[in-house]
Amino acid sequence: MNSNGKLALPAAMVAVALFGLFASPAPLRAEGKLRVGMVFDVGGRGDKSFNDAAYRGLERAMKELAINVEDTKYIEPTQTADRETGLRGLAENGFDIVIGVGFLFTEAVNAVAKEFPETKFACVDYDIQEGKEIPANVAALKFREEEGSFLIGAISALTSKTGKVGFVGGMDIPLIHRFQAGYAAGAKAANPKVELLVNYAGVTPDAFKDPSKGKEMGLTQYSNGADVIFHASGSTGLGVFQAAKEKGKLAIGVDSDQFAEAPGHVLTSMLKRVDVAVFEEIRSAQAGTFKGGPRVFGLKEDGVGYVSDDNNKSLLPADVIAKVEELKKKIIAGEIKVPNQ
Amino acid sequence: MNLLADLWHILWSVETLTGTIRLSIPLLLAALGGVFSERSGVVNIALEGIMLNAAFATVLATHALTHPAVGEVPGGPFADPDLLVFGMWSGVAAGMAAGVLTALIHAVVTVTAKADQIVSGVGVNLLAIGSTQFLCFKFFGSTSNSPTIPAIRPWDLGDFGQSFLGQVLFGYSPLVYLAFGVLALAHVVLFRTTFGLRLQAVGEHPRAADTLGVSVGRMRYAGVLLSGALAGLGGAYLTSDVAQFTQNMTAGRGYIALAAMILGKWTPGGALGACLLFAFAQKFQFALRGAPSPLLQSIPSQFTDMIPYLLTILVLAGLVGRARAPAALGKPYEASEA
Repeated sequence: MNSNGKLALPAAMVAVALFGLFASPAPLRAEGKLRVGMVFDVGGRGDKSFNDAAYRGLERAMKELAINVEDTKYIEPTQTADRETGLRGLAENGFDIVIGVGFLFTEAVNAVAKEFPETKFACVDYDIQEGKEIPANVAALKFREEEGSFLIGAISALTSKTGKVGFVGGMDIPLIHRFQAGYAAGAKAANPKVELLVNYAGVTPDAFKDPSKGKEMGLTQYSNGADVIFHASGSTGLGVFQAAKEKGKLAIGVDSDQFAEAPGHVLTSMLKRVDVAVFEEIRSAQAGTFKGGPRVFGLKEDGVGYVSDDNNKSLLPADVIAKVEELKKKIIAGEIKVPNQ
Repeated sequence: MNLLADLWHILWSVETLTGTIRLSIPLLLAALGGVFSERSGVVNIALEGIMLNAAFATVLATHALTHPAVGEVPGGPFADPDLLVFGMWSGVAAGMAAGVLTALIHAVVTVTAKADQIVSGVGVNLLAIGSTQFLCFKFFGSTSNSPTIPAIRPWDLGDFGQSFLGQVLFGYSPLVYLAFGVLALAHVVLFRTTFGLRLQAVGEHPRAADTLGVSVGRMRYAGVLLSGALAGLGGAYLTSDVAQFTQNMTAGRGYIALAAMILGKWTPGGALGACLLFAFAQKFQFALRGAPSPLLQSIPSQFTDMIPYLLTILVLAGLVGRARAPAALGKPYEASEA
């Protein structure tokens, strides 16, 4: 029985996968053309949420800044180790700006940025830690998710007929707690008696890509009386929309406008303008004005917000919008301090 | 006490009951597949990869058959709303076919080539992770997510559907009833038919079966391919439930099914019990945190996440007696051996 030989199969597959990642011959560098690389977060392209927002930024850059498709490359990593490999591969292949999408890239960006001081890096949701310096060639893109989520919380509480609103989070981590904290505060501000139901899909990054789990958590909350659920859980949330469709209830999208996931059941979406942030970094890299360091996007900068357009007009009454706009003004003016934990 | 009342409510709610059934279905189908494979003497940890391939094939076929025409792209033959149902069930059939094909790899490697069954299973699982991502990128431009497909929904029974009986008995996708039909059939086939008895004989004492003229190789192929069809149906259920494919969406369900099969002592009925237990533990975990009770909500999710696994260990260690595997399980059959 030759069992050793069979181990060669998985090993060979890994080798082929790694080879395929970088073996495609890099096109000859056109003079003065900016080359942009992007490595996605868990959930990946097609999550219709966080990652797709980042990709829209890249698409817009291609269109408006005349960047050729051949001068861009994106990678969807499967495991933690692939993230750093992906960044390094892009930097090695001479991409001018390399963008890591997601807080999970923080350590990897730090490491790779030091190895390639000439390459520009941007990291969405970069995890700024006290006493730890951000490398000079890294733009740390931060969002005040709690401010956007506050408005979403108010919309939920004002729309809910049962007085119970739900929250489905992806991975149980401080970043997602910010969404929850803002959401809870906003809901309480609009209706002090509101009850909040909370589920997290797990404690590993896989929690962002398990729609079956999302659906069951959604069904649980709806059966417990919630009639509006806000999700901040990547692809997992696509299951929440399925639950909303099945039960005829409302759900709220995150990061991108997720109306198309369940038309008639998506009350609104909390927008996180990752697309704008990504586009701006690419533009500054092209214009030669790129600067490392933290960049924060809140309500004031239009970096977060909510969707109100023709699609959800029938679900979102004008008086609710009026109240929410009032809250928005107060947050921007600093009259309301939104908690982030 | 408030806490006890909350717990009581969770334990006996319609949602916990129906959620347990829903979550058990993919596990049950894969576990039944495992029963057929292992009863014939072939260890099948490839269940995970079989389910994953089937899940993707279901989405690919359903998408190709049902998506409407967009620009230059022609619509599928079942894009018409009245015909959607054909597209969806064809997708399920495609999932089962993909399951059988994946199982065929495992059968060729383990039965014909007589290679180590665990190693072959690991190979199939790794291959499935890679191939589904590759094909997903090829067809849908993303290694992570497919577009949404039409999902097979529960029947609409009007007001009755909202009643207790309506929800508990009739509130499921038609695939759920199919799964229970398959369960009954599996029991009958395994214990009441010549085929089933021969399959068991091959797993217990292949030499004796061979002497009596039963082809060991053919029976083992049958067992493994059947497991492919059943686990494939389980994979199709997963995608039909959430209406899309997500990278590695089986998330270990194939392995849990394997554990459930062992816990159920290699019988269809036992597998059902074990799958219901796992499914209940998971639904209970969601219900604990998603309940309108501040006390329950204050339980850290790191703790509630442990519940299904903790329960498994407890049950394995205490409640279930010694499980006896088929005697020839994992051993390739050499006809020439004296």
